[in-house]
Amino acid sequence: MNNKIILAIVAIAVVVAGVFGYMYFFSPQTSQAQVTLTGSGATFPYPLLDTMIKQYQTQKTNVQINYQSIGSGGGIAALEGKTVDFAASDAPLGAADMAKAPGTLHIPETIGAVTLAYSLPNIPTGLHLTGSVIADIFSGKVTMWNDPEIQGLNSNVTLPAKNILIVHRSDGSGTTFIFTGYLTISSDVWKNAIGQGKTVAWPVGIGANGNTGVASVVQGTQYTIGYVELAYASQNKMTVAAIQNPAGNWILPTLNTIQIAVQSGASKGLPTGSGDWSSVNLLNAPDAQAYPIVSFTYLLVYKELNVIPGMTQTKATALVQFLWWVVHDGQGNAPPLAYVQLPANVVKIDEASISSITFNGQAVPTS
Amino acid sequence: MNQNKSADNVFKILVAVLAASALIILLITGYTLLSGSLPVLERFGLSFFTGTQWNPVEGREVFGALPYLLGTLVTSAIALLIGVPLSLGIAIFLVEMAPRAVRVPVSYFVDILAAVPSVIYGLWGLFVLRYWLVDYIETPLSTYLGWIPVFSGTPYGLDVFTAGVILAIMIIPTISSVSREVIKAVPNSIREGAYSIGATRWEVIRNWVLSYGKSGLFGAVILGLGRAIGETMAVTMVIGNTVGPAAIPTSLFKGSQTMSSLIANGFLEATPASLELPAYIGVGLLLLLLSLSINVLAEIMVSRVLKVKGGAVE
Repeated sequence: MNNKIILAIVAIAVVVAGVFGYMYFFSPQTSQAQVTLTGSGATFPYPLLDTMIKQYQTQKTNVQINYQSIGSGGGIAALEGKTVDFAASDAPLGAADMAKAPGTLHIPETIGAVTLAYSLPNIPTGLHLTGSVIADIFSGKVTMWNDPEIQGLNSNVTLPAKNILIVHRSDGSGTTFIFTGYLTISSDVWKNAIGQGKTVAWPVGIGANGNTGVASVVQGTQYTIGYVELAYASQNKMTVAAIQNPAGNWILPTLNTIQIAVQSGASKGLPTGSGDWSSVNLLNAPDAQAYPIVSFTYLLVYKELNVIPGMTQTKATALVQFLWWVVHDGQGNAPPLAYVQLPANVVKIDEASISSITFNGQAVPTS
Repeated sequence: MNQNKSADNVFKILVAVLAASALIILLITGYTLLSGSLPVLERFGLSFFTGTQWNPVEGREVFGALPYLLGTLVTSAIALLIGVPLSLGIAIFLVEMAPRAVRVPVSYFVDILAAVPSVIYGLWGLFVLRYWLVDYIETPLSTYLGWIPVFSGTPYGLDVFTAGVILAIMIIPTISSVSREVIKAVPNSIREGAYSIGATRWEVIRNWVLSYGKSGLFGAVILGLGRAIGETMAVTMVIGNTVGPAAIPTSLFKGSQTMSSLIANGFLEATPASLELPAYIGVGLLLLLLSLSINVLAEIMVSRVLKVKGGAVE
């Protein structure tokens, strides 16, 4: 009996010691005045955000930033529940979500571009495609590679008489949102039958999970076509199509043609950070050298930070300074990771949005 | 003595609470799924379970879960068709025939198969197995037997068949290790009695050993089925993930989607304020109901049919 009591006391002591030890060694409070910021959301900008955060933390050792890439939907839900300090989303907030998170600022932090990747023997990068032909392929109207619609755009090569295997994303994704948005403005048939969304009712083709999944199926199977983010296409050295832009030029997706698209698309006029971004698109930008399938991805943050429980002046300052850094110095991390840097006119808009953030009605210093 | 008695009572209450927690967790899960899916159930009613369209695009929302229910049932059935004979064969060989030097290491490796994370099976399926299946099974079958509807279509290896084969491989360790224990538990006196009346080894195994262990073996199959129905990651990677009417599994060589893969695919990016999120939760509810009803049916079968018919004492 005695032994049992001693054993119980020892067990409790071990647990208590463990808990306190954990708190002592791992609690952020014990080291000098730490600020912890949390964010969650889109997976697409995660590699870039993660690199930025690591770099930022080496400069500001008292700031700890946790970003969980749980998906745009989860990030928006967390923003609406006010459980995070910032969120990231590939698509702007629609009216319903804007109503649930009033006063949200959209801060474009990087750019996504969608490439059409294919696997055709002996046909290198640069197959010519137009928006309406792509829509016909993905809606199942054009089923053969040597269909006159495709062959007619590519008189320099002989396309095989093979069925086209279409690969789309199976998971809900910002990439699909951008791509179906492009098809929607390119083809009335697509617009009326399918429309734009992070997941749509694909009439044909097979679904693969993530950019990696689509890339792997396209590369592993002949006569396939799929859409992937630029970063994945270039990392995997995939053969990609040159798309005809509104100026009539055949444009390959490169960091340069995409940045041109953003610059020229943004010059059409963008809302302020607190405005309605749901109709913003950079698709079919007017510049003659612009790649047509391009879009922003956003950081979302409340304009008045006191709505978030537990927000303090220190935390608000750290958050605003981090956002400021992301759209300025942080952008240097983009090109090595095959993301596109924000052009100057977009940085200007972001600057105005970030400067407008307040805590208890007072402006928060940006540096 | 007195002190021991009170300790006994404390222990009794403690385990009662622990046992109740299992029930409470199930009830809370059921309630959460039901309340979360209420918006979509109210809007579409029964057609949520019988409809075939799935469209989350704003303004054209339609959600029908039937194709994914069928996808789940068909892939699990293929898994059982392939997996059960293999697993029983492994179990019978290991218990009844294999010498110790073979039995111990092979049992060990079969058990290890169960510990391989499902994403590994999925990756292997995506990068290796699907090419084998396309080259050696699907292409010949569709070329020569393509006129039979279940073999129609151009095979790419990302389809119902590959998903079924991956699932079969994944349920083998579960079914075979449980059946191994069941067969091991058959008393030797049964075998000796059977041999003594002149039965061959095949007859002994078929008529006495398997018959004696029937309900246990059935339980093993149900465990495997449970794993097949709920399996998400590996299936998502190889099933082709089609949506809407295209996901109805009419051919082995067509893409489809199971309930769990549909949820895994769409849940993360579902817009919180739309009907899309409730729709995924509704599919989760359907999946829970399916698993529960299979388990209840299995329970009934074990207690009513097998025990009586098998004539074996448990």
